[in-house]
Amino acid sequence: MTWFRKPKRKLQAGERRELPTDVFEKCPQCAEILYRARLAQNLYVCPVCGRHLRIQAEDYLRFLLDDGDFDEHDAELRSADPLGFFDLKPYPQRLEAAERKTGRGDAVITGAGRLDGIPVYIAVMDFEFIGGSMGSVVGEKIARLGRRALEHRRPLIVVSASGGARMMEGILSLMQLAKTSAVLAQLHEAGVPYISILTDPTTGGVTASYGMLGDVHLAEPGALIGFAGPRVIEQTIKQELPEGFQRAEFLLEHGMVDRITDRRELKATVAQLLRHMLGLPAAVPAGDGETVEPEESAPPPPDEGAASQQRRKGERGEAAD
Amino acid sequence: MSATPLRFEQDIAELERQIERLQVLAQQQGLDVAAELSVLERKLDDLKRETYRRLSAVERVALARHPKRPYTLDYIALAFSDFVELHGDRAYRDDEAIVGGWARLDGRTLMVIGHQKGRDMKENLRRNFGMPHPEGYRKALRLMQLAEKFRHPIVTLIDTPGAYPGIGAEERGQAEAIARNLREMARLRTPIVAAVIGEGGSGGALALGVADRILMLENAIYSVISPEGCAAILWKTPAARDQAAEALKLTATDLAGLGIVDEVIAEPTGGAHAEPEDAARRLREALLRHLDELSTLDPAELRQRRWAKYEGMGAYRVAGRGSR
Ligand SMILES: [Zn+2]
Repeated sequence: MTWFRKPKRKLQAGERRELPTDVFEKCPQCAEILYRARLAQNLYVCPVCGRHLRIQAEDYLRFLLDDGDFDEHDAELRSADPLGFFDLKPYPQRLEAAERKTGRGDAVITGAGRLDGIPVYIAVMDFEFIGGSMGSVVGEKIARLGRRALEHRRPLIVVSASGGARMMEGILSLMQLAKTSAVLAQLHEAGVPYISILTDPTTGGVTASYGMLGDVHLAEPGALIGFAGPRVIEQTIKQELPEGFQRAEFLLEHGMVDRITDRRELKATVAQLLRHMLGLPAAVPAGDGETVEPEESAPPPPDEGAASQQRRKGERGEAAD
Repeated sequence: MSATPLRFEQDIAELERQIERLQVLAQQQGLDVAAELSVLERKLDDLKRETYRRLSAVERVALARHPKRPYTLDYIALAFSDFVELHGDRAYRDDEAIVGGWARLDGRTLMVIGHQKGRDMKENLRRNFGMPHPEGYRKALRLMQLAEKFRHPIVTLIDTPGAYPGIGAEERGQAEAIARNLREMARLRTPIVAAVIGEGGSGGALALGVADRILMLENAIYSVISPEGCAAILWKTPAARDQAAEALKLTATDLAGLGIVDEVIAEPTGGAHAEPEDAARRLREALLRHLDELSTLDPAELRQRRWAKYEGMGAYRVAGRGSR
């Protein structure tokens, strides 16, 4: 299913941004008035100051995946409101409003595609859906995607943007941290690559689970990434936070992320990393269209000896694919 | 936090005072008050039973945070033997908000690890009110891996308001430390039993809580966010704390109902702090029973079941159909 090509889900330029016209957008950092079409071409990175504006989940899929081709999985999953949660309004009403606003059933899109020819499983979170919060649906979709990555030995990529666990699902939300981490434990042991991409903002339960469990952590410049939100920390320590605290550059300095990667170089960087981890040759410069064809992308884990490699090959040979 | 009794404890204390006064009076003046006394004592029993049976969520929160409630080191002293504490994460420092070490239950060695609150202000400064920094979680993981190395089981005791939200904690990777524990606890080739003994404060609690069995004391709570935090965010006023406590479904009974907790351990009437030895005996009995059951599983089977347990957690539905 080439899900993007559905006209209904085609991203409308300017559908979410608040500037009065569709044509221009003001950079929140340098205040430069930018021509939107040009900005879109630049993946919403300000050409003047380099500020990475927040973009939609689809945007990531479009520029990370080859031809933007994406086979979406589990789009029909919805929260079951297990607590019957009611604050100022019922949780189902918040869910409906979020679905109307974003056009999707919960705060993550998951599915399969190819990145520079390499078959991958990819998840992209949507901060617009109840603050990108993780409840049972986000947890289940990530867990299922991880299991598919494990089964097919294909790399997993998760692009995070989240305020943390979803309060309205109480303890079940908290358990999604453990649930997703348990699947990543298996992926880790199986030697299947997992790349965690942290975008603005990623805090709370998502950082404290799959956000920080990548083989490699890439962060977008300037992204707010942390465990506690800055306001909570300020209230706790009763002092102002230092400039740049919990920004991507701060995390790099403190050893929590491997690289800060400009959005315009994200695809090339992910491809380069995957090629290293999968034992594939380096990309041929400008050699577009080279595809990798192995059914199982990841090499066997190091603790499995030659015999099991043999067995794996044998099994594949006998299979009818 | 003050050491004054909780509101629902005051009514009970008042009745207990009346009984005491009557007894003193009877003794001093040689009166026969047996009939009155038995009425009052029956009334006290009823009041206690009714009070503790029908506690609201926010009253359970108060009990879970009760300043006299037994903490990890109390349970280690009362329920375990031969404890030898081990310190430090081998990287940065020893975080005293988490304690751990070798101990025995019924003669058998295991690793016991738990959050540790302070009993007074001085101790709380040292223990940071039971709110760990990343090095606390890293110490815990080091000890768990030590247990695995020697094929001994792990018991964790959970009692924390949450992981500490501070500058140093963020600098040293609070999120990474918690995440790593979640992943590594899922992988450990040795039985893990976790018991929530007081406050189960979100990710900071869960970082010791990935286990084959999850137990909870009757008056303990376990929640994704504190009722105060939830009220401030969703109701936009701290006054909604009681409603938030109800809505979050954070009591032991709630969690058993949601299929998260494997066993609720009954507390003595009046709560664990009323009779700590009795509470410790009940905890010990439950831990032993679960450890015995788990001891029959080989590591591969144990891990498969642990993974299946966590993968089954969650409640979702398929659009246009019913929920699971
Ligand atoms: Zn700019």
